Formats: sequence, C-alpha cells, structure tokens
Amino acid sequence: MGQILLQVDDLHTQFFTSRGVVRAVDGVSLHIDAGETLGIVGESGCGKTITALSILRLVPDPGRITAGKIMFRGRDVTKFDDDEIRDFRGNDVAMIFQDPMTSLNPVTKVGFQIEEAMTAHNRFSASLARTRVVELLKRVRVPAAESRVKDYPHQFSGGMRQRAMIAMGLANEPSLLIADEPTTALDVTVQAQIIQLMKQLNRELGTAMMLITHNMALVASLCQRVVVMYAGRIVEEGPVEQIFKSPQHPYTWSLLRSVPRVDEARKDRLVSIHGLPPDLTNPPPGCKFHPRCPFVIDRCKIDEPGLSEVAANQVARCWVLMRNVKDEDVAAAKASALSLDAAKKLKAEAPPEVGTVAGG
Amino acid sequence: MQAAEKAPATAVKADPVLLRVKNAYKHFPISGFGGLAVRAVDGVDLEIRRGETLGLVGESGCGKSTLARLITALLPVTAGKVVFDGQDITTLKGRRLRRIRRKMQMIFQDPFASLDPRMTVGDILQEPLDNFSIGSVRDRRRRVQELLRLVGLNPNFTNRYPHEFSGGQRQRIGIARALAVNPSFIVCDEAVSALDVSIQAQIINLLQDLQNEFQLTYLFIAHDLAVVRHLSDRIAVMYLGKVVETAGRNDIYERPQHPYTKALLSSIPVPDPAVERERAPIALKGEIPSPVNPPSGCRFHPRCPIARAPGVCSEQEPPLEPHGARDQVAACHFAGQF
Repeated sequence: MGQILLQVDDLHTQFFTSRGVVRAVDGVSLHIDAGETLGIVGESGCGKTITALSILRLVPDPGRITAGKIMFRGRDVTKFDDDEIRDFRGNDVAMIFQDPMTSLNPVTKVGFQIEEAMTAHNRFSASLARTRVVELLKRVRVPAAESRVKDYPHQFSGGMRQRAMIAMGLANEPSLLIADEPTTALDVTVQAQIIQLMKQLNRELGTAMMLITHNMALVASLCQRVVVMYAGRIVEEGPVEQIFKSPQHPYTWSLLRSVPRVDEARKDRLVSIHGLPPDLTNPPPGCKFHPRCPFVIDRCKIDEPGLSEVAANQVARCWVLMRNVKDEDVAAAKASALSLDAAKKLKAEAPPEVGTVAGG
Repeated sequence: MQAAEKAPATAVKADPVLLRVKNAYKHFPISGFGGLAVRAVDGVDLEIRRGETLGLVGESGCGKSTLARLITALLPVTAGKVVFDGQDITTLKGRRLRRIRRKMQMIFQDPFASLDPRMTVGDILQEPLDNFSIGSVRDRRRRVQELLRLVGLNPNFTNRYPHEFSGGQRQRIGIARALAVNPSFIVCDEAVSALDVSIQAQIINLLQDLQNEFQLTYLFIAHDLAVVRHLSDRIAVMYLGKVVETAGRNDIYERPQHPYTKALLSSIPVPDPAVERERAPIALKGEIPSPVNPPSGCRFHPRCPIARAPGVCSEQEPPLEPHGARDQVAACHFAGQF
C-alpha cells in the first residue's frame, strides 16, 4: 500500500469521572495508509469510537487525551491550535455517524447543510459550493438530486439521509473518512446499498476509510485490514483475509464464532463469551480478557502480553494463541456455550454487577 | 405440491398448529384524511405449529410488529381471525381473554425500556404471578428464585433494581418474566437486536435451551436474517403488510421463490472475506412504498427485477401458493423464475 496517512502512537484517552479514571483508550497504536480501508471492531465500550473521536480531538467531557501522538501527514494533531484543528476536521478527515436522523439539522434544507460544510472551510467559493452540492448528491447516488437539494431532512428516507451525510463528509475532499457504525440503523437492503456506495467511493476518489463497527460481516465486506479492540486495547490486527481465516487471539476467535452466518445451515451452538467486559475504572490484572477467556493459563492472570507478530503482518496480544490450543479444548469451548447446566453453575460465581455498587 | 401431507387432523387430539392467522387486517385510520388508513397488516395468513420457532422477517414498516400485536391480542384486528389453540381470540373479552393471555407472553427489544425502573427484579418477576393469582405468596417467592436460576442469574438478585444490570442481564430478566406464568407460546420481538454480539449469542443459546426444556413455541421477529436462520424452523417473509413467502429455514435460504426474499438474502454480508469478494447483492430499485397507498397488483412490482408491468404483476395480486420445496409457499406470479 501507499504511504502512511495517519499514525496513532500509544494513544491514551481517559475519562475523569466521580467513580474514578476510565481508561477508555489505553495505549492504542495504529496506522492507516492513503486510500486504504481499515476496520476497527469490538463490542460496546471497547474504545473504538473514542479512538476515532480522539483522532478528531472531539473527545467529550470529562474525557481527555492524556498521552500519545496522532501524526497526520507528519504533523501531530494533538499539538494543533484551534485554527489548525478546525482546518483539519472536515478538510483532511471527516466523520459520519450511526444515526443519520440526529446528525442532520431538521430545520435547514439538506442542500444548504452540505453547502455550509464547504463554505465553512473556505475551500470552495460560495457559488462553486452551490453547484458542487448537486454534484455531490449525484455522486452518492441520490436520485433527482437537483430537486432534492431543496428538501428538508424529514423528506429523506433513512438511507437517503445517510447518503446525504456521506456527501457532506466528502464535500471538502478529505483524505480520510471515518464512519462510525454507518449502517447499523438501516434496513438490510439499504445497508447493502450504502456498503456498495462506500466501496465505489473508495475506489473512485481514493479516500481512505476507517470503519468502526461491531459487525464482523461488514468488515469482511468492506475492509482490507482490521484492528480488533477489547477493553481499550488492540488485541489483534492484520489483513482481513488472514484474521478471518486464522484468528490467533481467543477474543477474535470467539467473536467470529458468536455470530450465525446467513449462508450456512445451523450446525453448532453459538460460542458465547461468558461474563461481561471489564469495568474500565478497575480493569483486571494481566490480560484484560483473561476472566472471560476459555483458554486461560496462569501467566495470563498476572502478566499482560504485548502485541507480538504471529504471522506476516498479523499481530496479537496473547500468551497462548489459537494455533497452540489443543483441538479438544477448542471443542470444549464450543460446547460450553452456556447450556442450562452451565448457566446454573455460573450463577454461583456470578460477579457483582459491573459499574454499579450493590445495594438499592 | 405434495397433497399427501394434507391428512385431516380431526381425530387427533392435539392440532399440530398452535396458532392460525386467517386473512387478518389491521388498518390505522389517519384522522382528517377522509378515510385514508395506514394498512399495516393487509391480509395475512400464517400458521405457527406447536413446538416450532417461526421466524418473521422483513424491513422496517412491513408490519411485523403490528402482526405480533394482533397475534397476542394486544391490538384488535380490523378484520380476520386469530385462532389460538382452537379458539378465535379476536372475539374474546374479559376473563376468557385473560386465560388465553396467560398462555402467550412477549419478550421485547429494548431491555432498558421494558422493565419498570422503580420495581425490584423480584417484584417484576412476581407481578405476573400476582396478576393470575398463581400459588401462595411463598410459592411465588420460590418461583421467582427458580426463574432467575433458569435464565442464568443469581437467585439472590431479587432485591436489586433493573439499572444495576447490564443489557444482557436485563434481557434475561425480561425472559424470566415471560416464563413466569408457564406460557406455551412466546413472541420475541427483536429480542436480541439491541445486544452486543457476545451477549447476543448467550441469549440465543438460552432461548434454545428454554425451548427444549419447556416445549415452547416461539414467534421470533427480527431483521437480522442470520440470527433468524440460526433459530427458526420455518421462516415467513413480510413485505408491505403481506406475507410474501414462507418456507423451512434451509429451503428459503437455498431456494427462495419470491424475488423479494432473494434480494433480501443477497444483501446480507457474511463474515468471510472470500465469500464477500464474490457476493453480488441484488440492488432493489427505489424504496418501500407507503402503506397508506400500496401499489396495485403485486405490491412488490415497482421494485421487482422480474416484474411484468404493465401486465399481470401490476394488475393482479398473486395469492400465496405452493412453490419450490415441500412446505414452501410464495406469493408471486413468476415464483422461482429468476
């Protein structure tokens, strides 16, 4: 791939709450090349959205980037002053969000909102911006773009609104588009259209894309490389083909087997990861995944593994690695997928509720 | 079209079909618009057999949740019948309706909105028992603990409030509440959609275990077709207020007869990059039309890749007829011809 566009180096983003410090992003390093599509997957609260918001320096209060560098084309985003960061957002990196219903202003016309994104950055003159709006809506395949620029968001369907959001993101020709769960709120047929559109735009415009999602199938469909996050850390990273074929971290492995596939008849029970993700104010010692890991060994409980190379271009944070797990243990992990008996046993050792104090 | 299977079941005590929806309609009038109505459910026929899981899929606005509310008698039908266990429940009232309600329960999508935040888990689970005066007070308390154990929660959690639980645990409480009165039929309306993937797998496995243990019949409504395929025995596909196809779970995925089913299935990404490179989703033209004024003839014809319009597709509404595999029905003039 081409040259490195964005390099995140040992990023720490923490939230200073009354309950303590939440280490939402805990030492994340990643990069994205120009024109590349990178997927970031993980469950709610794993830090994937906060990583993206940190890149744009949009971390909400009481959160702060406490350490790390974010290098964009050789300049450190964390050191940008107000003018520079304003210029960076939108011009260099744009972001689209999950819910197109709430990200558009309901009282102004869609065309004007896209135009505003351009005039705000002085990239295009007012008259050029106006003509570009129609062009952009056509580019994202909004039918009858000439008349629809005058519509209000409520006159657009969900899919059309997400197209308008993508048009707005692309308005200033950014070199990176961050999409946070862009299709989660949409119906499947509409989702397929939006994925198709993002693929085409990536090919046509060469815009690099960072797709943040919990949906492994979307990553398989859209991305070249994938980063798997758990409890604020990267646990595995590599080319999509390789990660899906031979995941080495038990979390990645479980994640892939916990979703049924539409193209396969039911065979096994789903692998479910027992328990809950850790409380990030008080993460477990050692590997953050060890309390839920079916292949845990003693070392995992005290000593946190680093990210180490497990294959060409593939890194994983694990002492065990899936290729070293015995077949019978894998079979046992599949079988243990919380049957009734297992559930009964589990309740005895059920941990106190994460994030809340017992009582009430 | 195997006619051999149609043996009349009059002599048999238990009808294999637990619930029959016969030509059901639900129209919501729009006030001030001179007789216009949202035709949410517009002539649906459906059977749910004892002990099976029927998956009901379709995009937002196709009427699947409205249909679920008709089936559970939470909404009155505009026309048509819903026969549960041999009884037409659309005409029932009062005590007889309550007796039926005890047999059918519902699990909802949002575990944050469907539990009363001011009630303890014990009260939430005991309420259905109180409602139907089941057992003595001591029996009820014991039953609450048993329910918690059944769904994999600590039985000592009875004094806790919903906010102390995670989304997955709340969904377990919702399931326990549905099980409290020993129903035979449970409607799961997007019951796992709001959950994270690893938690979703736990709940899916739990639903399967409970079905095996208590011989439950499920109507499983979801928009995630992969989950539906995993859980269901048969699947019904809805489009704009109508059922367009019903078949066994593997038949419908391997040999869809209705072009909408085929398009819907082709749009789902698969967690496998090798498959994804080859997959070509069938792009549907336009968007779902308004249920206030559905298209003439076959409702799907303006978006259908194989429609003959103007022609038979825009003029005649196709009936649900057997096509393809045994036990498969589709409403299409050109079923399977693509």
